Amino acid sequence: MAVPDVTTPGGLLLALAVLVPFVGVLAGLVLGGRNPQRVAFVAMLAGLGIALAIADHLMRSGGAVVYLLGGWSPPLGVALRADAPAVVMLLAVAVVICGIGVYACADFGTPSGEQEARAPFTFWLLLLAVWGSLNLVFVSGDLFTLYVALELLTFAGVPLVCLDGRGETLRAALRYLLFALLGSVLYLLGAVLLYGAYGTLDIALLAARIRPDPATLAAAALMTTGLLAKTALFPLHIWLPPAHAGAPAAASAVLSGLVIKGSWFLVVRLWFDVMPGVVTPSSAQLLAGMGAAAIVFGSVIAVRQERLKLLVAYSTLAQIGYLFLMFPLAFDAGGHALVHGGALTGGLLQAVSHATAKAGMFMAAGLIYAALGHDRIADLAGVARAMPVTVLAFAVAGLALMGVVPSGAYLAKKLMLDAADSSGQWWWTVVLQGGAAFTAGYVVLVLVNALRRPREPVAIVKRVSRLSECAALALAACSLLLALAALGPVPGDLVSSPLKPAELGSTLLVVLGGALLALGLARRSLLAPEGERAPAAGPVRRAAVAVGTAFEDADRLVRRWPSACIALLAVAALFGFLMAAR
Amino acid sequence: MSGGTLFGLCAALLVGIGTYGLVVNAHPLRKILAFNVVGSGVFLLLGAIARRGAGAGFGGDPVPQALLITGIVVAFSATALTVALLLRLFAVTGSVTLAADAPAKPEAETTGTPGATGT
Repeated sequence: MAVPDVTTPGGLLLALAVLVPFVGVLAGLVLGGRNPQRVAFVAMLAGLGIALAIADHLMRSGGAVVYLLGGWSPPLGVALRADAPAVVMLLAVAVVICGIGVYACADFGTPSGEQEARAPFTFWLLLLAVWGSLNLVFVSGDLFTLYVALELLTFAGVPLVCLDGRGETLRAALRYLLFALLGSVLYLLGAVLLYGAYGTLDIALLAARIRPDPATLAAAALMTTGLLAKTALFPLHIWLPPAHAGAPAAASAVLSGLVIKGSWFLVVRLWFDVMPGVVTPSSAQLLAGMGAAAIVFGSVIAVRQERLKLLVAYSTLAQIGYLFLMFPLAFDAGGHALVHGGALTGGLLQAVSHATAKAGMFMAAGLIYAALGHDRIADLAGVARAMPVTVLAFAVAGLALMGVVPSGAYLAKKLMLDAADSSGQWWWTVVLQGGAAFTAGYVVLVLVNALRRPREPVAIVKRVSRLSECAALALAACSLLLALAALGPVPGDLVSSPLKPAELGSTLLVVLGGALLALGLARRSLLAPEGERAPAAGPVRRAAVAVGTAFEDADRLVRRWPSACIALLAVAALFGFLMAAR
Repeated sequence: MSGGTLFGLCAALLVGIGTYGLVVNAHPLRKILAFNVVGSGVFLLLGAIARRGAGAGFGGDPVPQALLITGIVVAFSATALTVALLLRLFAVTGSVTLAADAPAKPEAETTGTPGATGT
């Protein structure tokens, strides 16, 4: 990020992108009653406008948008910088926040004449706080400001987990907070070491001065590991499933779609912009290897779930893995440094695509829970007829996650496959292609159950808001059509027609693979008719179930506190070792 | 041994003790305290760096000191939030154990009562 140290035109917009949500938080806090929701909507409109304006400035100038706080230039002052990746994330987050806001009107609206309740009041304020913190993560040009932004994001995200105040969600929130604090203290330790070595924390200045000496390597390993703990990359996902599955649907959408992207984006910043020449290809292989393990592990356990929300939470665990596959593919020809290129574009697209699709998926799951009063996957029969829009939203989000043309994930996969081909890393081609089938596994499982003909009509305990259903569908559709929107920055011949034989064939192959996975692993056999005992299982099915159970046991072991902490230290040591071995 | 090295080693020791405490202690309050010990180690290191990087005629480099104060504020808020959550957890469930999804639990979870959408 070689950028001039002056405030560029439109620089003030960066400060506003951070300020507007936080002013909204304070205003909502003071006004109370029904006002937090109104303030949130005003802030959403303003924030969306600001994000668009920043994108406009970036497109016109071609370089990064910069704002120097108080006119002081680094190293003494603090700079806000928005380069292309930051602007992409700013825009995506603004769109997803607006979608979640519209969805949450039904759950967290305060009807006129009623006293304010704690959950809605807190939800709207925290939604804005998450947004402001994320914007700060995207535009900060300084590692310490990033630390503060990261902490703000955690403090805003944790209470979202326990909005309903039940014991189990409080416990999930506490686990989340404690593990996240461990992660952030490691990050801070790394940042302190960097300051000790170079006397600055400004990203552009650091990038110019950094060399692979022991202090820098230790800092890189500590910071990366700390951020991975906050992102919940396997095997550091101790807190994710209970936290994301227990929260109210709108909050889960925020946590799963957005909050984890903050720390992920920081890993990208660190590796690509601060120390592109310090990290080694072998450490990138480790990072992506953890990602590949997350895909297999998360998907298999997702298929084994009985409850829809837990299934979606484990699907997030798997999708986090995808976000880290781009790192080994982004090295330059000699394998010396990470470069901004096709692989990074692919990774960002994957993040945006997951943010929109996963938010839509959690919303759909939440609507199904609200309407049926339960979310047991085996008892979903007839839901597709009762709530077609919601099930359509789930299906569209699932297709988008699988990477069917023209979804963002498809384009991301294509860009990363190209990078894997050109760098000769065939094993990532296998992971990228196979990962889609794993994703298809749990999507097929849910859809087969939802499309099943019920023996008696489904009992709807509560009518869900049509507006919420449309918001879920809109976000899912955003993700499915993302490749078309992204055509501007990438060559047009990358997206082919979904009806071309090759595309149709690969889609069918993915769905077939997923169906086999779901058939083998599902807790209740897919072939058994509704309400009847399953036929005796064959040897293949018994073996598959044994594998699934083994994965579940391993997951329980990994998610115990001592094993998670030891895994954390081991990952840090491994990163240190792999970065030092050059 | 110079003062800076001594402080640096003390910082490393504090980080080590705190990390050990975080791993082995089951009680959340002990984990919170251990987190604060790690934090103190990091802040001590920052202080040592400030002293080492002082310009001529200054007692210390002011930038790390400013970072230090911000860091302490953040660590304090983190501690306060964690303790508040812990107290609430104790008030609601009567225990403070973190072993949420121990193998005994899943059956109870699947038959969970409606209301998780938290209105």
